[in-house]
Amino acid sequence: MKIEDKKRVLREMVLHRRFEERCYQAYIERKIGGFLHLYPGQEACCNGVMEAARPGHDYVITGYRDHVHAIKCGADPKEVMAELYGKETGSSKGRGGSMHIFDAGKRFMGGYALVGGPFPLAAGIAKAIQLKGGDEIAICFLGDAANNQGTFHETMNMAALWKLPVLFVCENNLYGIGTSIERSTAVIHQHKRVAAYNIPADECDGQDLEVVYEHARKAVDHVRAGNGPFFLELMTYRYRGHSMSDSRGYRTREEEELWKQRDPIFILRDRLIKEGATTMAEFETLEKETDAYIENEVIKFAEESPEPRVEDLEKYVFADRETQLPWLTGKAA
Amino acid sequence: MANIMYWEAIQRAHDEEMARDPLVICMGEDIGVAGGTYKATKGLYEKYGPLRVMDTPISEGGFTGLAVGASFLGVRPIVEIMSVNFAWLAMDQMFNSAAKVRYMSGGQLTAPCVFRSAGGAAHQLGAQHSARMEKVFMGIAGLRVVTPSNPKQAYGLLKSAIRCDDPVFINEHELMYNMKGEVPDGEYFHPLEGSDIARAGTDVTLFGYNISVHWCLKAAEILDKQYGISAEVVDLYSLSPLDRAGIKASVSKTHRAVIAEEDEAPVGVGSEVIAIINEECFFELDAAPVRVHSALVPQPYNHTLEKAAIPDHEDVVKAVLKLFGKA
Ligand SMILES: Cc1ncc(C[n+]2csc(CCOP(=O)(O)OP(=O)(O)O)c2C)c(N)n1
Ligand SMILES: [Mg+2]
Repeated sequence: MKIEDKKRVLREMVLHRRFEERCYQAYIERKIGGFLHLYPGQEACCNGVMEAARPGHDYVITGYRDHVHAIKCGADPKEVMAELYGKETGSSKGRGGSMHIFDAGKRFMGGYALVGGPFPLAAGIAKAIQLKGGDEIAICFLGDAANNQGTFHETMNMAALWKLPVLFVCENNLYGIGTSIERSTAVIHQHKRVAAYNIPADECDGQDLEVVYEHARKAVDHVRAGNGPFFLELMTYRYRGHSMSDSRGYRTREEEELWKQRDPIFILRDRLIKEGATTMAEFETLEKETDAYIENEVIKFAEESPEPRVEDLEKYVFADRETQLPWLTGKAA
Repeated sequence: MANIMYWEAIQRAHDEEMARDPLVICMGEDIGVAGGTYKATKGLYEKYGPLRVMDTPISEGGFTGLAVGASFLGVRPIVEIMSVNFAWLAMDQMFNSAAKVRYMSGGQLTAPCVFRSAGGAAHQLGAQHSARMEKVFMGIAGLRVVTPSNPKQAYGLLKSAIRCDDPVFINEHELMYNMKGEVPDGEYFHPLEGSDIARAGTDVTLFGYNISVHWCLKAAEILDKQYGISAEVVDLYSLSPLDRAGIKASVSKTHRAVIAEEDEAPVGVGSEVIAIINEECFFELDAAPVRVHSALVPQPYNHTLEKAAIPDHEDVVKAVLKLFGKA
């Protein structure tokens, strides 16, 4: 990757990290409700893949751990935070919440809360691309445990059968909530599982942005060139509990420490320092600026935004009635 | 007016819409090369090719989800689920994805999909091929449910469902694909909402939908000829939303109601219609409404037991006579 790009992504990854940490705080303050699944530790996965892809052009879909993926696609952090606050200005107008961030304009096709649910949706998006003849690809980010759903197998089969332009990215953080992968899954290396469907696959370190980027580039090129699906497994770790009520009794503090020594932000920062592209002082300033931006703009926007109106409770259940009248009343021309 | 079969009407709607819009596609098991279990997609594979007429693997959840995802980008998939019994495997994607995506995205995404399936009990297909499941679909926010009782509706409801931006579930019937009826020669869009008065009457309203409309019509005939009772038959082709105004209007006129459903009673169309009557026009009633419905059993294989489990026009007649104190 070019130095400028790495510097830019470092800024972004710091934003992603601080954004999520600020969400944690807001949750403790009861400003955010529901379930809240945070991303710290995994930042290089989304960033590395999306640097190799075209954010805003390629379609991205994921599960409930979705804030960072949305922001990386181009969603405004202010709107994502406002969504977590349940405000009308939120990316889903306060109707979705943390697990259902959407930004269709940026081709971020949403966060979904049923584990494994997005697999076939991603294949469908790819099917639509295939029909329309565009050069976009569909990218589906999901966890390791999602691969134990039937939708995984059904989708791999269809994607391979119909050569759909879809990249499956498995962020293997070794756990599905509190169950470690070796206790839930007969095959630890997830990329091996798609061989059964003749889907090419690759696996790499998910903590080093440049490593992810290099592997993702090949994967993205493969899919964009019309060769059908590709499966990329990234080995990573989430620092926090699965959601907010998780005391992490299923894993050791030692294991957590080991992974924190391979922190994606520090790996990138230290490399840039070594390459003479930044300094520790500059990095510290970056963190402060990021926090100030989050506080003064992102949180402020979320705090000050209005709630949805109760009169609008049933808005968005169905398409706008006026536009559908010919079919609802049968009075089509 | 052409006199054509229910399956032909469905096939014609597919063909017209696919010819008009290259983003209308259809998919399902055996619908392409084999022409469809019920012939509803006959000839389309030859005409539109494998990209738009997709023979799917036997993965109901998978291909239904694929259709929903494609619809996010403006594709209009018509998904055939071979039998409604298999729709259980697809419900996660219908309910959790298609029906909710507009709401949970604050109106940004929409899933203009059509899911068609053969519902109803045919002959001796046993417990796992005879379910009636309309009650399951009609309680889902964000999903429209319609159920055609004749070829005209089968054609016109599918046409409207394809055009509508909301996801629509169409509950067909295994026993009705070869039923004949008049279908307009020109393009026709049946309303997705409302109800039809299939036969006008003054003394009692018989509510039916899909196959039970035919029981009601036959019963009305008998009631008229043998008992001098004038029955109105209301065809509830839209199960979600149910036509509150239509239900109220008819009951306010006849003051008596019988609801005939092929489904089992609990949490069903009958319970819902009675609730609407209570809410809309309770004081118009001269007698408590009556439900005619299936026995609450997994469908038996044995012919005699099967017949005992599923109601028919005679049960509707009996219910009306009871209502009038004549039985
Ligand atoms: C169908 C379904 N079953 C169970 C759950 C509860 N659940 C939420 S997340 C999760 C674990 C998923 O783990 P993984 O796919 O590895 O993703 P990660 O959370 O590690 O990113 C479970 C079991 C759910 N949301 N949906
Ligand atoms: Mg996991």
